Amino acid sequence: MARAADEALAAAMREQWGRLLALLVAQFRRLDLAEEGLAEAFESAATHWPSAGMPGNPPAWLLTAARRRVLDRLRAEALAARRLPLLVVDGEVQQAAKRTMADPGGIVADERLRLAFLCAHPALRPEAASALTLRLVLGVPTADIARLFLVSTSTMAARLTRAKTKLAVAGVPFVLPQGEALGERVSTVAEVAYLAFTAGYAPGSGADVVRTELAAEAIRLTRVLRELMPGQAVFGPLLALMLLQHARRDARVDDDGALVLLPEQDRTRWHGEEIAEATALLGDLDGAPSKDAARYVLQARIAAEHGRARTAADTRWDRIAALYGDLERLTGSPVVRMNRAVAVAEAFGPLDGLELLNGLDGVLTSSHRLAATRAELLVRAGDLRAARSAYDRAIALCGNDAQRRHLGARLAAVDESLRSGADSHS
Amino acid sequence: MKYLVLMAYEDEDAWDTLSAEERQTYFDAHDAFDRAVRERATMLAGEALAASSAATTLRRVDGRPVLTDGPYAETAEQLGGFYLVDAPDLDVMVELCQLLPPSYSVEIRPVIAIE
Repeated sequence: MARAADEALAAAMREQWGRLLALLVAQFRRLDLAEEGLAEAFESAATHWPSAGMPGNPPAWLLTAARRRVLDRLRAEALAARRLPLLVVDGEVQQAAKRTMADPGGIVADERLRLAFLCAHPALRPEAASALTLRLVLGVPTADIARLFLVSTSTMAARLTRAKTKLAVAGVPFVLPQGEALGERVSTVAEVAYLAFTAGYAPGSGADVVRTELAAEAIRLTRVLRELMPGQAVFGPLLALMLLQHARRDARVDDDGALVLLPEQDRTRWHGEEIAEATALLGDLDGAPSKDAARYVLQARIAAEHGRARTAADTRWDRIAALYGDLERLTGSPVVRMNRAVAVAEAFGPLDGLELLNGLDGVLTSSHRLAATRAELLVRAGDLRAARSAYDRAIALCGNDAQRRHLGARLAAVDESLRSGADSHS
Repeated sequence: MKYLVLMAYEDEDAWDTLSAEERQTYFDAHDAFDRAVRERATMLAGEALAASSAATTLRRVDGRPVLTDGPYAETAEQLGGFYLVDAPDLDVMVELCQLLPPSYSVEIRPVIAIE
C-alpha cells in the first residue's frame, strides 16, 4: 500500500508539477507562495497517502492542499500588513479544485504557456531563463539542469534562487508579451523546450539512459506552443527534430538497460510514424527561416538523414558532415564542431575527424562526450594508448550511470586489444 | 511598485558640443517621458545631476572620514540624472524608459520598503 502510494506520488510529481504550479501562479500571482504551497502539498501527500490511501483525484487533492496553504500565507501577510484578511470558505476551495482538474485541457495549456513566457522574460539572463523554465514548467531536477549547463548543482541552485528573487523583487508581471516582444520571447521559449527534451533524451545524472516521460513532455509542450502560436515559424522544425530523435527511444536501450549507439540500434524498433510526421513537417516549410528556425531545420535534416537510412551502412555521412558544416557556420558552437568531427570521421576517416577536435579542450572542459568522441576516433586511427587515456578521462567526467557503464565496456575492450599487442603505435 | 531610474552615459562633455537642435531632442525626450509617466504611472521625483567631476565622495579610512574629489565609482559611464517612479510593473516601467534619450544606459532599480 505504502509502495503504491510512493510510486503514485512520484508519478504525480513528474506529470503534475508544471500544471499545478501554473494554475497557482495564475490564481495568486505570487511565484514564491505558489512554489512553497505546492512543495508543502506534496510533502503532506507523502505523509498522508501511504497510510490514508490514495485520494480519488490526486491532482485535485494536491491543488486543494496547495491553495489552502497559499491562502493561509496570504492571510498571515495581510494581517501583518494590517489589512482585511481574505475570507474564503474552505468547501468552495475543494469544489473549485475538482472542477479545474476535471478539465485541465484548455485553461492549463494557456497557463503553462504564461508560466513558460514568464520564465523567458528578458529581465532574466538567458541561462537563468532556461534553467527556471525547466525547473518550474517541466519539473526537471536541479542536478539534471546543472549537468545540461555543465555547472555544479550548487551553482545551479543559486542561479535558480537568484532568478526567482529577481522576478519577485523587480515586479515582473504575469502577462503574455505582445507584438515584437512576443517574437523575442518565443526564441527563448523554443530553446528551453529543446533543452528540456535533451534532458530527457540524454539525461545528465542518475541511472536512466533515457527519460522518455520528460522527452515526451517536452514534445507535448512544443505541440502546445505550435498550436497556440501558429505564426511562429520555429516550432515546426523544433517539433520535427524532437520527433526524429524521440522515434529512436525503444532502440537506444537494450534488454539489460545498457546504452545502444546509433550504428548498432535495431532500426525496426524505431517509431516510423513519428519519423513520417517529422519528415512531413520538414517538407512543409515555406520561405527562408529565421536564424532560430534555421538552426532547428539543419538539426532536423541531420536527424532525418539518420531516420531515412535503412541500415547504419546506408547513412549518408557526407551529407550529414555538410549539414554540420552549415550548422557550425550558423552557430559557432563547439558542441556542433564535435558532432561534425564524428560525421567527418565517418565520411572521410578518423584523422580528419580528430583534427577538427583540436582546440576544443579549452572550451568543453567538463564534457565527457569530447573525451569519449576523441577516444573512439583514436581507436579507429589505431592509437590505443591515447584512446585509453581519453576513455579514462571520459569516465571520470561522466555523471550518468548507463553511459559510464558503456564507456567502461569500451575501455575494457581497448585494454584487451592492448594486452594482445594490437596497438599500431607501440 | 517604486523604481529608481538611473540614467548614465559615457561622454559627459558631449552636451557642450551639441547644437541647439540636438539638445532639443533631449529635452523633448524627457518631456515625453514625463507626460507618459504621469499618464500611466506616478512621478515621484526627478533631477538632472551636475557632472561627476563636481561630486565629492565620503569614505571611512582607518575609522576616520576621508573626502575625495569625484564620484564613488570610477567607471566609463557616469550618472547624469534620476527619476523616482511608481509604476504598475517592470514591463510598464521599461516601456516608459524607452522614451528617454537613446544614448543613455538606463538602470531600473526596484525600491524596497524598510520596516
